[in-house]
Amino acid sequence: MPSSEQLAQLILSGITQGSIYALIALGFVTIYNVTGVINFSQGEFAVIGAFVAITLSQKVLLWHGQMTASLEWPLPVAALIGVTTAVVIGALLYRLGIQPSRNASPLSQIVVTIGASIALRGVVLLVWGTDPYRLTPFTEGPPFEFFGAILTRQSVWVMGLTVVFVVSLFLFFKYTLIGKALRASSANPGAARLMGINPRQMGLIAFALSAGLSALAGIVVSPVTFTTFDRGLMLSLKGFVAMIMGGLTDPVGAVVGGLILGVVESLAAGLISSGYRDAFTFAILVIVLLVRLGGFIKGRKGEALERAGL
Amino acid sequence: MKNKLNILISILAVFGLLLAACATPTTEAPKPTAAPAQPTAVPATKAPEPTKAPEVVKGDPYTIGAFISSTGGASSLGQPEADTVTMMAEQFNKAGGIKGPDGKMHEVVVKMYDDQSDPTKAVEAVKKIIESDKAVVIVGGTSSGASVAVNETVTKAKVPFISVASSSAIVTKADGSQHEWVFKTPQQNLPVAMVQIDWLKAKGFTKIASIGVNDAFGKDSMAAMKKAAGDANIKLVYEGTFEPKTTDFSAQITAIKAAAPEAVIVHAVPAEGAPFTVQYRDLGLKFPLVHNHGIGNQAFIDTAKVAANGVLFPIGKILVIDQLAANDPQKPVIDKYIADYKAKFNKAPSSFGGHAWDAMIMVKMALEAVGPDSAKIRDFLETKIVKFVGISGVFNIDAKDHTGIGKESLVMVQIKDGKWLYVAPADYAKVP
Amino acid sequence: MKLNLSPERIAVIIFVVAIAAAPFVIQNNYQIFMLTLIGLYTMLTVGLSLVMGYAGQASLGHATFYGMGAYITALLSARLGVPSWAALLAAGVLSALIGYVLGVPIFRLRGHYLAMATLGLNVIFVLIMKNEVAVTGGPSGFTDIPPLSIGGFVFDSDVKLYMLVWAATLAVMAHALNIVNSRVGRALRAIHTSEVAAESLGVDANSFKLKVFALGAGYAGIAGGLYAQAIHFISPSSFDILVSIELVTMAAIGGLASIWGSIFGAATVVLLAQFIRDKLAEGLGLTGELEIIVFGFLLAIIMVLLPEGLTTGGLRLFREWKARGKL
Repeated sequence: MPSSEQLAQLILSGITQGSIYALIALGFVTIYNVTGVINFSQGEFAVIGAFVAITLSQKVLLWHGQMTASLEWPLPVAALIGVTTAVVIGALLYRLGIQPSRNASPLSQIVVTIGASIALRGVVLLVWGTDPYRLTPFTEGPPFEFFGAILTRQSVWVMGLTVVFVVSLFLFFKYTLIGKALRASSANPGAARLMGINPRQMGLIAFALSAGLSALAGIVVSPVTFTTFDRGLMLSLKGFVAMIMGGLTDPVGAVVGGLILGVVESLAAGLISSGYRDAFTFAILVIVLLVRLGGFIKGRKGEALERAGL
Repeated sequence: MKNKLNILISILAVFGLLLAACATPTTEAPKPTAAPAQPTAVPATKAPEPTKAPEVVKGDPYTIGAFISSTGGASSLGQPEADTVTMMAEQFNKAGGIKGPDGKMHEVVVKMYDDQSDPTKAVEAVKKIIESDKAVVIVGGTSSGASVAVNETVTKAKVPFISVASSSAIVTKADGSQHEWVFKTPQQNLPVAMVQIDWLKAKGFTKIASIGVNDAFGKDSMAAMKKAAGDANIKLVYEGTFEPKTTDFSAQITAIKAAAPEAVIVHAVPAEGAPFTVQYRDLGLKFPLVHNHGIGNQAFIDTAKVAANGVLFPIGKILVIDQLAANDPQKPVIDKYIADYKAKFNKAPSSFGGHAWDAMIMVKMALEAVGPDSAKIRDFLETKIVKFVGISGVFNIDAKDHTGIGKESLVMVQIKDGKWLYVAPADYAKVP
Repeated sequence: MKLNLSPERIAVIIFVVAIAAAPFVIQNNYQIFMLTLIGLYTMLTVGLSLVMGYAGQASLGHATFYGMGAYITALLSARLGVPSWAALLAAGVLSALIGYVLGVPIFRLRGHYLAMATLGLNVIFVLIMKNEVAVTGGPSGFTDIPPLSIGGFVFDSDVKLYMLVWAATLAVMAHALNIVNSRVGRALRAIHTSEVAAESLGVDANSFKLKVFALGAGYAGIAGGLYAQAIHFISPSSFDILVSIELVTMAAIGGLASIWGSIFGAATVVLLAQFIRDKLAEGLGLTGELEIIVFGFLLAIIMVLLPEGLTTGGLRLFREWKARGKL
């Protein structure tokens, strides 16, 4: 029987990981709501943001050790540039990849974003290689104890910043003009257009915003779990699962879904089998998909299905 | 209908292209060209040099095949191996080549491929090495998985292969006999486990946790530890794995904490071993950490930084040779390798490069004695590598043992302040 | 007897003859091996092409059935002593059955969900293969898989394997073409264009999609079995999601709804990978990394510019330009 200490530790680690899934899922939801596209490369932005920040704030070997970056700028500056880089790439992805193919079938669009994620991963591999890196923790100091479990300072940062980002996003959508325009575009694209809102501009902003969000997630969690060039794929997949758990279009649901996913995954990996850790995520996905979308009853289509749909 | 015709034509065109494209590699093989897919210097383009000694009769080049994981999860092991192979080939050629049994100097040509840490790509590379490049001997196989995978191919083609990976399955068949055509230079995982057991016994520990990466290397190492621990009456209170490339181990670490062992044995290479160590320290666990010989390079310390301090692991003598007895038979060989490597690559070598060095020198010895005959090379490797002072150890290979080194070649090392410190057996009880 | 010698027929005959003659012309065992691999990938791509192009569903986990076929063959022939040809057939049949069974819940989903579900399937499959070491050999792989032998004739040389694989590939292609040109194919095309319309005309869309999926799985299972018997070694990493994505790339290049295009797609990807690895990487001093980038970009660009795939889209463009040129 697992002790309460063990449970507490697993849950805390789960919440930390889950916060990242939540942020990435938020990015998915934003893009999906505005453009109807699922961006498979969402996770890559987390990796890019983290690596850029690491490169600017530490001594790092690049290009197979042929180049050394030793700028060692302060962390906030490095983080800012990391986020900006991701935002720019996200915007480019939209402009060059999504916008031209907006009339193609969803299948084609999925494949475009998959292709983009592979290309981005390849570039990261080229520049930074396969070694794991991490950002230095934001504040030094001994960890806290919480119900017998260890809570590192960085984990506190992760959870705290996640709350900050989610709340900021919420306020952004509710009270700023752009935020409202984005919401209008997703609720009723036709009417939004009639009101003078340019759907392409909105799409661009959505992509840029989500990329930035992912980058922030990547930067914030990097001190806790190292970043490697191929983290992106699994992050994308898990963020997507969180998004579906939350109902595909609901940002709050996505956040909650991400947290729950992180905790369940952590508990399952710790108590049942660590080797099957990723399998649990997908098992959850399959169950959620089938149950939520009315899959067991033949012929009935869930509402989200209709929207997603075909 | 016209549609199909067009497609058929394009397919025929493709096959035409295919044939054309495929035709070119075969015309390259005889030319002493560069080792492909290799980021560092190219040895054979120093071809003009041998004309310095016009009196020496030159024979046909000797072709050595190599497949290494320069990219992928095993790359921190593979890159020093690839660098060492390249450096050795250059050294051989600078001396005019290898002098074969026919008295002629033969240039050394190395055909090196990157298997991307994927066993299937390793098999493809070896097929190419054998069929297209016509190599007479092969070295490499950074990861245990890749080395095991190519076994069948080299055996069928009767080309000897010296592996630089550690799993016992590489050379040992299920019945205990050795695969005829495969040899290896790193110590096996069982001797490593036995050194760890010696330390555990010195400390009086009887309960351990064993955790490793879920691949051929990790699993073999864990199996070795299980056996050695069982023989020594040491209990495994926790056994777990993590996927390659994982960076979050909180679930496993939490379970280890709950199991309350007296020490934790880790079976991984730096790609996972370092993040694990960092997270282990972050989560506040205090049991001593003992790794295996998968972390014998600077990458572990660079990635784990402060967390690496206090880690113990058995390894070949190369990392601490300056702290061992001055009359250690391996000292001159190791010192020279370190000096050469540093001069060429501007960084310290690792134990993995050492394994590659051993393989290349064995190949040189074989070629000098019997020339480019695969069967004779195999026989030479099996019978004539006796008391060979290498970097991984002093080798004694015979038909029953294609590895040739064991526990005696290992020393216990502790990482302190980012440096490797030798721990003598008498001091085991005092560390960490 | 009247011989129907349309230009098409002649082209097919030339093609088959070229394939049959290739190993005797080429002589280099490694290149014959590469062509054999292309044959296997073609078989896989044909199945994927049917699912993605004709049924219009994203299958990002096709490598699952490739792997299933390989492991089923390995287990049956190496562990249970089943004759290798029976193991191969079993691999195909079982993969198709499992594909059908798994497809029932999966095909209730649409679009992105379906894609994700197939991806999830792949991840779970690979993890099971890695963890159940006693059965599958785990990450170290499964060795000593016996080669295919039919009544004493053993397929153990590169040339024999080449012939075997391509015979199977051509058979699969013929079968697929048959389906595409039949009533089933027309139903599939109707579904692809508009599922609602097709259903209103009495086409049971789900049933068709399911059957196509199962068929694709069956083809993949046979390819997997052949792969196991050709290389005698399989490991889980050969069947993970990256391979599935590689297959999607092949289908995309070859044309999502084109059976003949599958050969083109498979050949292009395999040769391109080889080219990048050997020539380009040597020139630029980089290695396997370049491959990934190129494929990613290629995939994205093709999908953006020619969503029906390179060959289908390319041919369409060619015809359009020709028509415009004439005007």
